[in-house]
Amino acid sequence: MTDFTLWDIVRNLLLAGRWTVVLSLIAFAGGACVGLMLTLLRMGGLWPIRWLVRLYVDLFQGTPLLMQLFLAYFGAAVLGFDISAWTAASVALTLFTSAFLCDIWRGCVEAVPSGQWQAARVLGLNYLQSMRHVILPQALRLAVPPTVGFSVQVIKGTALASVIGFVELTKAGTMLNNAAFAPFTIFALVALGYFILCYPLSRYARYLERKLYGAGSR
Amino acid sequence: MALVAVNDLHKSFGDLEVLKGIDLEIEAGEVVSVIGRSGSGKSTFLRCLNQLEHHDWGTIHLADQRLDGGAMSPGELSQNVGMVFQSFNLFPHKTVIENVMLAPVVVKQTPRAEARQIAEQMLDKVGMLEKIDAYPAQLSGGQQQRVAIARALAMQPKVLLCDEVTSALDPELVGEVLHVLESLAAEGMTLILVTHEMKFARDVSHRVVFMHHGHIHEAGDPQTLFTQPKTPELSQFIASIL
Ligand SMILES: Nc1ncnc2c1ncn2[C@@H]1O[C@H](COP(=O)(O)OP(=O)(O)OP(=O)(O)O)[C@@H](O)[C@H]1O
Ligand SMILES: [Mg+2]
Repeated sequence: MTDFTLWDIVRNLLLAGRWTVVLSLIAFAGGACVGLMLTLLRMGGLWPIRWLVRLYVDLFQGTPLLMQLFLAYFGAAVLGFDISAWTAASVALTLFTSAFLCDIWRGCVEAVPSGQWQAARVLGLNYLQSMRHVILPQALRLAVPPTVGFSVQVIKGTALASVIGFVELTKAGTMLNNAAFAPFTIFALVALGYFILCYPLSRYARYLERKLYGAGSR
Repeated sequence: MALVAVNDLHKSFGDLEVLKGIDLEIEAGEVVSVIGRSGSGKSTFLRCLNQLEHHDWGTIHLADQRLDGGAMSPGELSQNVGMVFQSFNLFPHKTVIENVMLAPVVVKQTPRAEARQIAEQMLDKVGMLEKIDAYPAQLSGGQQQRVAIARALAMQPKVLLCDEVTSALDPELVGEVLHVLESLAAEGMTLILVTHEMKFARDVSHRVVFMHHGHIHEAGDPQTLFTQPKTPELSQFIASIL
């Protein structure tokens, strides 16, 4: 059991870390697409649609990500779909991300003054045209810092995918530890891995926020 | 036939009846000032005219065409009725020329080159041609309001609604905006203005409408209306603002 060098551990963690990055990217890109659609429906759809979107957001925000992963993985199996841990993790994290981004973005859209909607309406723009040319560009400016900030939550969220057997950073750490039994070293390295991914993002989010609110005017 | 014909217009917000039956006809080229106390329903009336608010009862016709009740799409409405707001509401992320070009390009699908030409023409009209590439935040209030007027004109509406367009301005900037409105009036633009600038209402408008508690309480040519008010409410109002 002692034939693991530190380099072996690091190398294995780095290899598995790739999957953490890939899963995060999938979850974030997928979550952004679904989240944008949900935001548009939430703001402009008919009331039953708005209500459904709100329910969706509340459900995903009000339950642990771990349960969502279990449901996606084992639930799909119960329903007769044989899906891989990959698919289950991607789907669950995408939905989770979309719910939070939808909520963040709704707040940003609502923060655009109502006079902007009225001006667009009076100039003849319909809902989608107003959104596209007037509201979203302004909401986007407001949305960047909290969105970048939330990406940190997504990265950390991918750690939970280890429980359904998806081999990413955390799962690799557990497996290495079973073989090498050096929990302190291994999990410290795992934590460091997440920190290296997340820290620049949270710094960047803070920088963007300062730039947005600090500089004062538009 | 009048350009704008408003018939028995009613509007309530919940239990509050704000418009209690407005009848008004406006000829093409006419400049009408709407005055009245705060809360008398002036803005609501204007907002019904371009369907920013949906009234509960009554009809609005423009050039013999029904305008209300979903008879016109927002796109059609915007080519009939333009509006300028007290708070300018320019799009802060777009330059002056982009602000003015947006609706013609997006709504009317005017080719960009042509839209730009129209936009420059309108900006020239309001004296803002030199600031074409500035962002709204780089402009004074008076300049922003003049751009907002150009933006509304770029859709070539038949009527321009102005809701207290000088009220948010520093006193020294009011004149430049009123001057633009005056030149529009001289060109024959049909204008409906809610205003607290009584001198302007008297000098420029053809007709003044005094609103009181959701009714048109008194209306007439400015000279007579201001010097010989018929109702005590109007006398009081005139006294209160002098
Ligand atoms: N969206 C709304 N919801 C509820 N009440 C409203 C709404 N808009 C206006 N009101 C009410 O309707 C009444 C008339 O408002 P309106 O804005 O038309 O008055 P106004 O004559 O333009 O006054 P001001 O000179 O202060 O602008 C006011 O009592 C106002 O509180
Ligand atoms: Mg008003």
